[in-house]
Amino acid sequence: MNYRSALSKARGQGPSGHGGSHWSMQRFSAIALLPLTLWFLFSFSNVMPLTYHGFAQWLRQPWVPVLLCLFFACAYYHAYLGLQVVLEDYVHGKFASTFSLIIVKLLFLLLAVSTIVSVLRIAL
Amino acid sequence: MAEFSLPKNSRMSVGKTWKHEGGGTVRDFKIYRWSPDDDNNPTVDTYEVNLDECGPMVLDALIKIKNEIDPTLTFRRSCREGICGSCSMNVDGTNTLACTTAIEDIKGDVKIYPLPHMPVIKDLVPDMTHFYAQYASVEPWMKTDSPTPNRERLQSVEDREELDGLYECILCACCSTSCPSYWWNSDRYLGPAVLLQAYRWIADSRDEATGDRLDALEDPFKLYRCHTIMNCTNTCPKGLNPGKAIAKIKKMIHLRSQ
Repeated sequence: MNYRSALSKARGQGPSGHGGSHWSMQRFSAIALLPLTLWFLFSFSNVMPLTYHGFAQWLRQPWVPVLLCLFFACAYYHAYLGLQVVLEDYVHGKFASTFSLIIVKLLFLLLAVSTIVSVLRIAL
Repeated sequence: MAEFSLPKNSRMSVGKTWKHEGGGTVRDFKIYRWSPDDDNNPTVDTYEVNLDECGPMVLDALIKIKNEIDPTLTFRRSCREGICGSCSMNVDGTNTLACTTAIEDIKGDVKIYPLPHMPVIKDLVPDMTHFYAQYASVEPWMKTDSPTPNRERLQSVEDREELDGLYECILCACCSTSCPSYWWNSDRYLGPAVLLQAYRWIADSRDEATGDRLDALEDPFKLYRCHTIMNCTNTCPKGLNPGKAIAKIKKMIHLRSQ
């Protein structure tokens, strides 16, 4: 039996003071992704047909690695923030939710770092 | 995990049919029935109602059924004019007030279920304890530290207008129980009705606890489970916009941290 009062259950452990910056960053990264995605699709379509030499040449233009790194950083960050919300919505249970959130965080960190290192290795 | 199918003891089957003898304009009312007094699963009973001898609203039909056909049918009702919020239920797939929903606006059988994803006490009566406790948790009363004035607290016409679209909320819970986020996380998410009520006090120019109120909401679950699905605004029988009120809270929390 749970003898906590209804008000005690409703209050729970109180507000965590977080969530505001998550909400803002989700929107900022979405706004940043609008021009970055358009640039990426437009610029990358010029590289077709795709050969390593042509791709490397495209990547070695001065602004391409900068914009490409920004695009991937924003895309992974935005995807991570979105996936975090999905997990918080649907995965309940202390262990399952904590564990899945950590895994997703590390996975996206790995993806972001390895993508950016790959871009820089070819570009520089 | 979130539940995507009904638990075993909530699965419904076809129940009794209450035939109408004699003529008239007969409509079928398919109504969810469940009683805590036996171990049976819920059923959907069919009541044939003669609309020629019935008032125009869904609530009129429910009262007619209870008075004349089956006195065991249980539902909440009081004002019969959309101001008390007691008769909120799911009619024809939409959460609404039975007293302000006209039978003639519904096509086919009139399907009536309790508010979704709430514990059922009996038939169309859901357990609102947690919902009301959540309302109490946002401390819905004026908080001031200034000395109490000798007369009424003044408010400009413009400041009073800020409360329009908020003060009309009757806490019928149609919006909260239509919200998928509230279905999955009502233990921690406050839901559209309570957040609209919280914003009613945040927007009140006479209140002096705006910062504390925003602090109390800044939480991934209490506030930010709202994903702007907008079921709340679509279903509100009073035509209010809880989605917009929640968006305003989020905007205020963002702007004050800039």
